[in-house]
Amino acid sequence: MAQIVIKNVRKEFGAFTAVQSSSFTVEDGEFFMLLGPSGCGKTTTLRMIAGLELPTAGEIFIDGEEVSQKPASQRDIAFVFQMFALYPHLNVRKNISYPLVSQGMPRDQVRAKVNEVAEILGITSILEKPVGGLSGGDRQRVALGRAIVRDPACFLMDEPLGALDAEFRERMAEELRALHDRMGATTVYVTHDQLEAMQMGDKIVVMNHGVVEQFGRPQEIYDWPATTFVARFIGSPAMNLLPFEGMVGNGSHTVSLAGAAVAVPEMVSGGAGALTFGVRPEHVHLSDSAAYRARVVATEYLGTTQIVTLDTPLGQVKSRIASDIAVRIGETTGLNFDARSITLFDSGTGRAMISKANQKVLTHG
Amino acid sequence: MSFSITEPSGRQKWIAGVLVVTYAVLTLIPLIWIIATGFKTPQDAIAYPPKVFFEPSLEGYVNLFTSRSRVTPEDLAALPPPDTFYDRIVRQYDMVITGPSKYGERFLNSVIIGFGSTFLSVFLGTIAAYAFSRFKVPLKDDLLFFILSTRMMPPIAVAIPIFLMYRQLGLSDTHLGMILLYTAVNLSLSVWLLKGFIDEIPVEYEEAALIDGYTRFQAFTKVVLPQAATGIASTAIFCLIFAWNEYAFVALLTSGTAQTAPPFIPTIIGTGGKDWPAVAAGATLFLVPIMVFTILLRKHLLRGITFGAVRK
Ligand SMILES: Nc1ncnc2c1ncn2[C@@H]1O[C@H](COP(=O)(O)OP(=O)(O)O)[C@@H](O)[C@H]1O
Ligand SMILES: [Mg+2]
Repeated sequence: MAQIVIKNVRKEFGAFTAVQSSSFTVEDGEFFMLLGPSGCGKTTTLRMIAGLELPTAGEIFIDGEEVSQKPASQRDIAFVFQMFALYPHLNVRKNISYPLVSQGMPRDQVRAKVNEVAEILGITSILEKPVGGLSGGDRQRVALGRAIVRDPACFLMDEPLGALDAEFRERMAEELRALHDRMGATTVYVTHDQLEAMQMGDKIVVMNHGVVEQFGRPQEIYDWPATTFVARFIGSPAMNLLPFEGMVGNGSHTVSLAGAAVAVPEMVSGGAGALTFGVRPEHVHLSDSAAYRARVVATEYLGTTQIVTLDTPLGQVKSRIASDIAVRIGETTGLNFDARSITLFDSGTGRAMISKANQKVLTHG
Repeated sequence: MSFSITEPSGRQKWIAGVLVVTYAVLTLIPLIWIIATGFKTPQDAIAYPPKVFFEPSLEGYVNLFTSRSRVTPEDLAALPPPDTFYDRIVRQYDMVITGPSKYGERFLNSVIIGFGSTFLSVFLGTIAAYAFSRFKVPLKDDLLFFILSTRMMPPIAVAIPIFLMYRQLGLSDTHLGMILLYTAVNLSLSVWLLKGFIDEIPVEYEEAALIDGYTRFQAFTKVVLPQAATGIASTAIFCLIFAWNEYAFVALLTSGTAQTAPPFIPTIIGTGGKDWPAVAAGATLFLVPIMVFTILLRKHLLRGITFGAVRK
């Protein structure tokens, strides 16, 4: 059980900065996702929490204790590696026993503990097998077993499902989440898969180019992205982003998109010049009478919903609507946007402008 | 290009079998000839046409291990009758055994210097290769290239400077001197081979051990070493083969105390005629340790000889 606080942590590799001044907090018992595209510094961040990499600057607290310069062995954490890192010269039982043996636990106690963990993970039958012949899913379970056998303060997992087949991934994701809910141990989980992050996480940190873009609950991040990067990275299809020239002031609640007045949440900050209008596809509705005009260029049938792609004066827009609405390619229509769901961005900085709707989410920390 | 792997047909297997057997016979003939000569009498050994079938004799081995001197027939008659088989063999030639030969000593030198330098090469090589593989070493690439470059000329090219240096340092004709020399020669091979093997071991294993509570050194001994066993074994074989068979340096730098078997074996022939069986016996025995060593490690060697390219 542990709270993890990351405070202005930086990591440089020579002249290259892999992580720039990151700050976020993982509360005790949370299932916490580190999300971002490949190369953005997720692994580096996780390794600094683990103590496998020492930060260039900044502080890391585990349960209130500053550990940033402590070796891994003194941090009471367990790390699940992407490629599992099972010792190939040992069998399953020995692999799981390894961390206990290193602590000098008596042999019969180790045995009992390993049996208990194997029971939890459903791998009792393969305990005496060599790890070489195991399936991906079983290897993953053994790696987890080695992690949980120690009752560490927290678990760190680096894309633990990355090496599994699609079919296994979903099952292991559920198992992992269930395991976490049962044990309640703080877990930091790295993934580049936004769906996985949204499904499994209590909280998400979104990183890009070594920068923490946003940190919050999945729903908050989805609804109120702090930056255009987050808006684009989360959601499938991603948020529609329409660049436009305009001006909004404190208290204004409309913007003009290509001459059409469109309602937005009441703004509490202002700006002028290059702005970006952001709306999720499910908040875009087709309406013949709407002022903002569009032409249908494609439709994609998804069962209960369909994704309609439209050309508009400010760029392409995707709309997610019920699949029973008849849409013809080439037809011209108008678009309505759910006013309460709109986010405006400053195109220059890429940051969301604060409105009455998103201020609670974006100004909490 | 793509290769398909199919079960070879019966005819292909048969041809492959014949080729392998032919090759084995061709390479084994000299070896068998040497072993056989060791059990011939000196007369049989130089008989023409060469004798394939002969009455085995231990004369070669007796001559190999003993010093003998000729006595007059009268003195011989005055001696008590021979009571051992080797006395009897020697007396046929009007000789008596005056003591053990130097072969045992030289053989022991080979063992000490061969295994000593192999151990040192592999030990230092493993540590250096680990450091090169895992840590940020300043000028890493240059250092590795320098280490390799020490093998670009034949070692014997530096024999004269080494000879002079060793004389100054008092290392001439010492075990330590030869062990250091062979270690220096083998180290480049050993560092490069072992670095390849250690590079192949994922860092995550050690990191997992570090997180499991082991120190860096424990992670090295408990995780890296067992997994590098194949590489270490095959490197050891290569190092031992070089040190065991080395002739030029040892002939130049040693004369007695630290002389190994290779320069000694040819000198056997000088003591009393053309004693080919003794030379052959010396060569045969000299093969035994390295064969035993290789057979003991052959399970590793088969995998290791691919230089870490194929694991598992
Ligand atoms: N040991 C290292 N030395 C130099 N650069 C590194 C090292 N580790 C990571 N990097 C670089 O830091 C960046 C972030 O890497 P990483 O944290 O592994 O990204 P992610 O896990 O998000 O894909 C990458 O550009 C990577 O090349
Ligand atoms: Mg990574």
